[in-house]
Amino acid sequence: MANRLLVAAAAALLLLLATAQPWLRFVLTIALSTGLAVLGIMMLLRAGQVSFGHALYVAAGAYTVAFLRPHSGEALLLVLAGAIVATGIGLLVGLFVTRYRDIFFGMLNLAFSMVAWSLLEKLYALTRGTDGIRVARPEVAGLALEGPAYEWALLLLALALALTSGGLVARYLRTPAGEALGAVKTRETRLEFAGISARRVLLQAYLASAALAGVGGAIAALATLHVTPLLAYWTHSGELVFVAILGGTGHVLGPFLGAVVFELVRVYAAASFPDAWQMILGLVLLGIILAATRGLVGLVDDLLARFGRRA
Amino acid sequence: MTELTRRAALATTASALAAPWILPRSALGQQKPAKLRIGISTFLSGPASVFGVPGRNAADLLIEHLNAKGGIAGVPVEALVIDEAPGVNFLLGECRRLVQNENVDVMLASISSGSCLAVAPLAEELRMPNIMWDCGTQRIFEEGTWRYSVRTQANAVPEIVAPLLYLLKIRPDVQTVAVVNQDYAWGRDSWAIWKTAMEAIKPGIRVVAELFPKFGATDFSTEITRLQALRPDVVFSTSWGGELDTFIRQAAERRLFERSLFVLPLAESSLERVGKTLPEGVIVGARGDHWFLHPTARGNGRLDGFVAEYRKRYGAWPIYPTFHMAQALFALEAAYTKALAANGGVWPSREQLMDTLRGLEFDHLTGRMKIRPDGQGLEPMLIGVSKHVPEYPFPVLDQMVLFPPELTMNPMGTKGLDWVKGLTMETVAKAPAPIPYKA
Amino acid sequence: MGLLLLLAVLDGLAYAGQLFMVAVGLTLVFGVLKILNVAHGSLFAIGAYVAATLIGWFGAEELSLLALAIAALAVGALLGPSIERGLLARIYDKEHVLQLLVTFALFMILEDLQKLLWGVQPRFEDAPVRLLGQVEVGGIFYTAYQLLLLPGVALVALLLLVWFLRRTLLGRSIVAVTHDREAAVAIGIDARFVYLSTFTIGAGLAALGGALAAPTTSLVPGIGVQMIVLSFAVVATAGLGQIEGAAVTALLIGLARSLAVYFAPELEVVVPYLLMVAVLLIRPAGLFGRRELRRV
Repeated sequence: MANRLLVAAAAALLLLLATAQPWLRFVLTIALSTGLAVLGIMMLLRAGQVSFGHALYVAAGAYTVAFLRPHSGEALLLVLAGAIVATGIGLLVGLFVTRYRDIFFGMLNLAFSMVAWSLLEKLYALTRGTDGIRVARPEVAGLALEGPAYEWALLLLALALALTSGGLVARYLRTPAGEALGAVKTRETRLEFAGISARRVLLQAYLASAALAGVGGAIAALATLHVTPLLAYWTHSGELVFVAILGGTGHVLGPFLGAVVFELVRVYAAASFPDAWQMILGLVLLGIILAATRGLVGLVDDLLARFGRRA
Repeated sequence: MTELTRRAALATTASALAAPWILPRSALGQQKPAKLRIGISTFLSGPASVFGVPGRNAADLLIEHLNAKGGIAGVPVEALVIDEAPGVNFLLGECRRLVQNENVDVMLASISSGSCLAVAPLAEELRMPNIMWDCGTQRIFEEGTWRYSVRTQANAVPEIVAPLLYLLKIRPDVQTVAVVNQDYAWGRDSWAIWKTAMEAIKPGIRVVAELFPKFGATDFSTEITRLQALRPDVVFSTSWGGELDTFIRQAAERRLFERSLFVLPLAESSLERVGKTLPEGVIVGARGDHWFLHPTARGNGRLDGFVAEYRKRYGAWPIYPTFHMAQALFALEAAYTKALAANGGVWPSREQLMDTLRGLEFDHLTGRMKIRPDGQGLEPMLIGVSKHVPEYPFPVLDQMVLFPPELTMNPMGTKGLDWVKGLTMETVAKAPAPIPYKA
Repeated sequence: MGLLLLLAVLDGLAYAGQLFMVAVGLTLVFGVLKILNVAHGSLFAIGAYVAATLIGWFGAEELSLLALAIAALAVGALLGPSIERGLLARIYDKEHVLQLLVTFALFMILEDLQKLLWGVQPRFEDAPVRLLGQVEVGGIFYTAYQLLLLPGVALVALLLLVWFLRRTLLGRSIVAVTHDREAAVAIGIDARFVYLSTFTIGAGLAALGGALAAPTTSLVPGIGVQMIVLSFAVVATAGLGQIEGAAVTALLIGLARSLAVYFAPELEVVVPYLLMVAVLLIRPAGLFGRRELRRV
């Protein structure tokens, strides 16, 4: 119950921010799209596996939108298509990488995303290389919207998807399969003795993470209306892991909280110190890891606990 | 009248949706602002900061000068600089912040073609006047019409056609060509223009190697080995920044310059860094009508003063992005001044500003240029060959030709890549006479 | 054709030498600390920048080779211990993911620090390359620096490392900790000191790689990023902590890359990754890696 209240309060705060500062609508939409991808990363982290290549699925979702836009003018369909394509690629790659653990898992994901990145740059005739592809603004649920209305629609769509996926993932983590995910991290062999295939459990989570990243990428493409290969670059993958740790992996709210804080810190750091914003982000990350291992969600938790004790 | 009401209605809706403090300025004239705020997006990190930071430095210097004489028409100017290196997602968020939160009046957007192509539609949506200060791709105004964007410089078509004309003028007997370009949009696009134009003007020149080392490559040994084995008459490369420096050094160390004539359309920006490692006789371009020793503008107080001060403050000679930044700022000043005069002293609206920018003729550091009605700038192209002189520890340009835009730029409404197919040896013959370097 | 192949092999060798110098430090550090150091690329870049600065200060061409060595030693000796003691020592008990991200954060900080210290204009100091002159092979000019010195130094570094790890007390302690930390500590090896010295050697090797690369290329912001991803591929393909494996893999990648430039230029960038996927498909722990025991 307290959890639901917390989520509702976070969503309300987000909408309030977007109302008070119109330019934040776009930034928050991007943050939610990042949060969706990070939610998938979080599932893998539960299994102790870190992917340094999930930008691949973000790019898959985004480029699907760009390629299909000339054939479909409906944002909801495009997001669905983005999710399907990303899941499809996730299946191909996942069947292979889920045989590996730890650093090999991370590096193989990195390798696949780097191959995808160079393909997006190399297949110039198809992808226009680094120039990227412009996406014409589609309709949302049959409505032709413009300007602030379109921004609101996308933000609400992203929020709805974030709430739904967050709820589904939270529920999944409580099912036996979800619990088994945590066992992959700590006692994989015992899991197998119990007759559960660790690989299958991990593959399920991997597919879900690919789908979530695909949805995130599709939303990002609809918000920016322009996609470039940078989406698939390894530093972008690194950012996703960064956000996961920043937000904390203890609660499904973590990825979204982390993403919003990440985007805001980046925006304000870039505005105040245009030459050293990377350094500031790095310091924030260091601070979180050294001082608050459970991420922002852990901080919020501690605060609430202290508040609860006092009350 | 209907126009007015529709605008009014739009404004009301917008203000109802938006928070009150970002009320869009009325489409009609308005109060003189207390400050003119300019948003500048440029590369502050990553490899392209070799252009981005000099551009920002030039903006700082020129805006200081503007403000020293009271700003633009009495309004002091303030610049807000953002980094475009993190990618399009970030850049578009930053542009929104600048326009909607910081109330920026004008954007000077971007170096990379990807950024420029993404910002133009956003400018339309936000009704944000946008001056593309260093965008190279010709696609912007060929594939779209933009009410709120203009470009105060030339584009890739003349930047590539001019050095080609120069080459064919001094070496009409060229038989074989090889290309070594960075593997990204600019490298591919510039080669497409060169190849198409070359096949039109002088069919029969053989392309012996098309090498596209990855963007950001730090080593060209393998490419240089191949070029040594193939011995092409001409090596063409539109690389820039650290990669061009590396390519020049490695090629010089391995005596490739002795075997082939190099055409380097962006080498002006590398001259000071590579020094006399770059031998004499290399064809060098500057992406437009600028060089710190510009043959026709030298001696005019404007250029010399800027060059001296820039060198004093930043410890380097100004390179082309500083001139591009200057062109954008001079155009902005000229447009506001002109629009104010036409408006009876009332501060122009965003739309009036854009209307004035189109067709505007303005003076910049090295000459006078014009913006076409479609928003494309018409800028001559300065091409020369490298020459070693005792006055400078790096090569200077000699036998400079200033190609007028009529010769190198496709007319409005045509596509550059189609237009170059109509070039002939007659175009080459029309090139103006070269101007020798004077100490 | 024969000549072309020879040329491709020579180009590949020079490249492999450079790649090995960076990857070997990374794999050494991983073997002992079990941390994949993302900031390794930054140490490479800082080594390169310091070397370029020193070459400029020394002025004389004859001293330029000395400048490279001093740069590597200085960066290794100063940054190595301070990063290990100041930062990594605090996180040895944390999860791998967190350790990885600490180095990612360090990488972001060092990237901006380089920019603040050395600016954004490309730097180029090629005195060592000029000093050594050129070599002609079949009518093609190579620089002696790239054709002889780089692979030579890489080979010497490999032999020295192998000797150090097998024949010296500290080296053997490092190997012992790599294999089984608890057992090593139990027989009285000072793990703290082993960690410190391993990371310092690793940092020094990264800086040496950078210093050696400095005379051949322009130093620009982001140069460390290029190197680090490729070294990851080398380390994973070779098998974690495998010094000789890193050498063989660097050689494979170097040769495959230069052959790609000659015969299939489109594949140049993806060659290392395809190689890695192919190797791991057949040998899941890398070319020379051993399968770890599974936790029960």
